[in-house]
Amino acid sequence: MAKAGGTPTLEAATVEGLGADELLDLHRRMVRIRVFETEAGTLMEAGELPGFLHLYVGQEAVAAGAMATLTDADQITSTHRGHGHAVAKGAQFRPMFAELFGRLDGYCRGRGGSMHINDLSIGMLGANGIVGAGLPIAVGAAFASWYRGDGSIAMTFFGDGASNIGTFHEAANMAAVLKLPVVFVCENNGYAEFTPQARHMLLEDVADRAASYGMPSEVCDGMDAVAVKLAVARSVERARAGDGPSMVEAKTYRYYDHQGVKGLRIPYRTQEEIDAWKKRDAIELLEARAVADGVLGKDVFEKVWAQTRADAEDAIAFAKASPEPDPADVLLNVYTTEA
Amino acid sequence: MTATLEKGATPARTGRQLTYVKAYNEALHQVMREDEDVFVIGEDVAGYGGVFHMYDGLLTEFGPRRMIDTPISEAAIVGLGVGAASRGLRPVVDIMFMDFLAVCLDQVVNQAAKMKFMFGGDVRVPLVITVASGAGLGAGAQHSQSLEAWLAHTPGLKVAMPSSAYDAKGLMVTAVRDDNPVIMMLNKKLLGAKGDVPEEIYAIPFGQATTVREGSDVTVVALGRMAVEAAAAAEQLAGEGISVEVIDPRTVQPLDTDAIVASARKTNRVVVVHEAVTFGGLGGEIAAQITDIAFDHLDAPVMRIGAPFSPVPFSPKLENAYVPDRAAIAAGCRRILERS
Repeated sequence: MAKAGGTPTLEAATVEGLGADELLDLHRRMVRIRVFETEAGTLMEAGELPGFLHLYVGQEAVAAGAMATLTDADQITSTHRGHGHAVAKGAQFRPMFAELFGRLDGYCRGRGGSMHINDLSIGMLGANGIVGAGLPIAVGAAFASWYRGDGSIAMTFFGDGASNIGTFHEAANMAAVLKLPVVFVCENNGYAEFTPQARHMLLEDVADRAASYGMPSEVCDGMDAVAVKLAVARSVERARAGDGPSMVEAKTYRYYDHQGVKGLRIPYRTQEEIDAWKKRDAIELLEARAVADGVLGKDVFEKVWAQTRADAEDAIAFAKASPEPDPADVLLNVYTTEA
Repeated sequence: MTATLEKGATPARTGRQLTYVKAYNEALHQVMREDEDVFVIGEDVAGYGGVFHMYDGLLTEFGPRRMIDTPISEAAIVGLGVGAASRGLRPVVDIMFMDFLAVCLDQVVNQAAKMKFMFGGDVRVPLVITVASGAGLGAGAQHSQSLEAWLAHTPGLKVAMPSSAYDAKGLMVTAVRDDNPVIMMLNKKLLGAKGDVPEEIYAIPFGQATTVREGSDVTVVALGRMAVEAAAAAEQLAGEGISVEVIDPRTVQPLDTDAIVASARKTNRVVVVHEAVTFGGLGGEIAAQITDIAFDHLDAPVMRIGAPFSPVPFSPKLENAYVPDRAAIAAGCRRILERS
């Protein structure tokens, strides 16, 4: 098992129990995240994007594995590092890139930016610029599922850092007490911004905190999309069955700094740590294992990469051509005015 | 069938008397009957009926699915409301004392208020947050504030401040039906005040001031409970030959600037009064708007009356001196008339 912030043990990805279609689905979700984020990083480095950029690269297995258990009717809330969740949930490249450019065709019509990308049509209730703020909102989305009895559930993503903020504890307890269909997915990348886990909490596993709220939890390898999917699926099943909330902690790693594209700064992390985690890159692991086991051929994966890169190229061109919002319209959508 | 008051219309008097808190409670009964998506959530709202009895009888009629008691977790309560509202439900979230908004302000200000705008418009947040506000009960510095200026300053929020039983009901009906987050400020000192309340359901549009009393010498724009004090001051001043017009904006976001300015043009003198501290209070905003639009009509600078710049004190002697009252308003009216 990989240890957040420490040195991961070298394990192969799991493929047991999943068919070729499911593996390819996980692979496609991860590649779409990786390509989107890499292109976004390149644009940021070239000075083409305004604002902040919190890249998800390295953590792809978590969003891909978790989202593979959901339908469009299920709701998620995300974080400041939200592109991966949006892409894995099915958000489109064109309005995502357009939003990063602050253009009118963006998901937020240029009003939100990277940290507020949302798509209600696919149950993406928004990234969030405030650490921990998405947790109670997901509990509310789950409340709506329960209230309507429509069979949908909610899932909230948060980091090891967010597990120290009050809303995490309030949301976990509230969901447990009200027995709501919500799954708490902790992406433990070992750092709260730049502070290593050992200096922001004394527990090794965030998942241990679930016990305080009478909530089942498990820890999984966040560099292994299959392991994430299997673990999250157990929690999703509990939620759908009306058995209340659960927590899954995925140990993973962030390839870039908290914000921006400067890559990994030393000394707040060590080169040895970075190298060890990168050796277990989630996409490479899944590809290697699937090819070795003869489940999928290399050519299939290459096609996914090529198609995704073409999609990104198209979307970036679309975004650049999208009009800028008009300052005269700044009051648009401050309030709902139509019936 | 719901009556909606025409602009400027005064309520039909039916003779039916209800307390302010019962009027709020009746509004909830009626909107919950007409809309299955309305539910109430908060600390002690269901089993106990709310610490101010705002929710008495609702659990019996609507059951535990729609009346939900929660842990003491204000951020999660409001956050739950935001999430449920974004999915089309109409939560009424009770935060008990207005001071407790400070505990969950992120969910109010950064989430509920901004969600529609920053999401590009593709969401509605039909959320009501009910709070008990105001001083005068010896509740101390953390249970007595009037924080409307914080909220009215936040784009995306609406803020209602009923000063009568009639308005408590009509504004609450509008609040629940509104597709935006609304802060419903119920004044603690008015909870037991009786007033004329029609039995039928009716909605008072936001952004529509009411003229509590007509007059010609000076206008008092009074927020929340201060409208009651201003009316009493006007009554007293009438005996001195001073004719006071009392305007109650009823909502401060949106604010009925037109009605305020029209009255300023008529009387040429305006006193703005609120319970909140004067510095940075809405009195400054209202004074500025009047000055911007109707400076030439003013015979004196707009006067602000509010609390001194200190937390609300506990000692009855201190608190009585701290909160503006009818005497302070009457004195202010006399002063502004002397100046001009």
